[in-house]
Amino acid sequence: MPVKKLPEKLKANAFCPGCGHGTILRLIAEAVEELELNDNKCLVLGVGCSCNGNGMLGGDDFQCAHGRAAAVAVGMKRFRPGMCVFTYQGDGDAGVIGLAETLNAAYRNEKITVFVVNNTNFGMTGGQMSWTTLPGQKTTTSVRGRDCSVTGAPIHLPELIATQFDVAYAARASVHDVKHITQAKKMVLNALQAQMNEEGYSIVEFLSSCPTNWHLSPIDSNKFIAEQVLAAYPVGEFKSRKGKEGQA
Amino acid sequence: MAKKLWKGNEAVAEAAIRGGCNFFAGYPITPSTEVLEYLSWRMPQVDRVFIQAENEIASINMVSGASACGARALTATSGPGGSLKVEGMSYAARNSIPYVLLNVQRWGTGLGALESGQTDYFKEVKGGGHGDFKNIVYTPASVQELADVAYEAWDVAEKYRVGVTILTEAYLGQMMEEVEMPPFKDPVPRDWGIDGTGRFGLGKHSVMMRGPGGMALQGKVYAQIRAEMQRWEEYGLEDAEYVLVAFGLPGRVCMDAVKRMRSAGVKAGMIRPKLVWPFPEDAFKRVNPQVKGFASIESTDFGMLVEDVALCAKKYGFHVPVYCYAHGKGVPGVSKVTDFYHSMENGDVKEAF
Repeated sequence: MPVKKLPEKLKANAFCPGCGHGTILRLIAEAVEELELNDNKCLVLGVGCSCNGNGMLGGDDFQCAHGRAAAVAVGMKRFRPGMCVFTYQGDGDAGVIGLAETLNAAYRNEKITVFVVNNTNFGMTGGQMSWTTLPGQKTTTSVRGRDCSVTGAPIHLPELIATQFDVAYAARASVHDVKHITQAKKMVLNALQAQMNEEGYSIVEFLSSCPTNWHLSPIDSNKFIAEQVLAAYPVGEFKSRKGKEGQA
Repeated sequence: MAKKLWKGNEAVAEAAIRGGCNFFAGYPITPSTEVLEYLSWRMPQVDRVFIQAENEIASINMVSGASACGARALTATSGPGGSLKVEGMSYAARNSIPYVLLNVQRWGTGLGALESGQTDYFKEVKGGGHGDFKNIVYTPASVQELADVAYEAWDVAEKYRVGVTILTEAYLGQMMEEVEMPPFKDPVPRDWGIDGTGRFGLGKHSVMMRGPGGMALQGKVYAQIRAEMQRWEEYGLEDAEYVLVAFGLPGRVCMDAVKRMRSAGVKAGMIRPKLVWPFPEDAFKRVNPQVKGFASIESTDFGMLVEDVALCAKKYGFHVPVYCYAHGKGVPGVSKVTDFYHSMENGDVKEAF
């Protein structure tokens, strides 16, 4: 049985056992390799668990201030328009503290790619409520369960961007099972292709497990995604590439 | 090249372009907006990048990203916008990103007011963000000097791998003077920078790439800058009874006041820092050992520059009073300065230190 080779440049990860980040970074590394971008890309990192992605793809990367990755990526891309520039951020980084940077880059249809890992909490700081936290979900700052009447309702970044702004590509993926991982890979490829074909802004949000802060085993974490997270965050393309899929 | 009349904010923008600036990101704010407006059409004209950003936080981060990729990047702001930039300045220092920040100071705290002021002195000189880092801070006093420092700024920023702040004032940005605009410069290509290949990155001389203790080694860089960038203008220090210290437009007024007092037989002296970080300590070595006192003349509310004047007076062994004339908003006139000088002579004002 053929075994899929690891991407040549991918380094070992330092994430918690069962965390989805490792899978997502591998998918990105595969896509970068397949699109022959290893020598023409910059990984722009947010702050949070995504920081652990530092150095993982090899080559150029840049650690930003919390929430500012989209702005940094815009500066890079405008100065080096031929270089593939993609951010790697958590939901807190891209959708809470960095909401202004994320939305304004999308608003201008900047030719960058934004990868957002949604694990429904602030993982790095120990599991606080995020704007993505599910209604009723317990975190260290919503100990009785998230009360949306005072904290707002879960934010849906790709839908928000797809419906409000003229961007090239907006999608949500999940990495809790093989079927969804396969779909996620296609979305990563589409997002990077949309950028390199100068179609415009692209964003992919990934639903990812957080066994450590969800206080669930890795297997139960994936079940939690399948049974509860998917219901709140539908997977799919909210802005497709108008028949340009696969045109690298 | 013949001199032409230039408005301060437009002169600094054009001189920046001629000095190699090829990336700008900014947000409108009075009294710096003309820089943004001028560059919005001028940068595309010379095939360089201009971005009107969503705010000052994004602007400084765009500047960081572009500079990390090799750009000679500029952002410009005033007052409250400067406060928003400090997070990005701290990160830029951590990544050894060279860039230029132009602060056309408005007076005041919070929203402040649109009049000229120097109330951002502590912010720009003493910190401007979390952590222990320094920007080189120019304080030009004429539109020509403003253009000259903008022309030089990236050479200095790239040499030391630090941020450079051009600390100017509302009235300097808004007024017109004769300027000899320098020719277009071909910057020396950098041997580092993100280009997608991963070959160079931020380079081995960046704080991050130095490994553990990288920031501590930055002290050597700052010491080198202190030694190599002592710049000031002086008048009558050798026999001065009182020495006035002032920068920017108040510095220019003071120089006028001191010369007038000298012609009336008053032994006034003057130091005008052309940079306030590093502070021109060496100027104090040239002061009359029998000097009776120092005074800062500044457009702040309670005195900021005076603290550096007092520290230098102490460091170079002057056990004399250090006074402060804090003018508040605007620029003090010559008569305000001479009146203050005479009140020091007469013992009518209390020293600050």
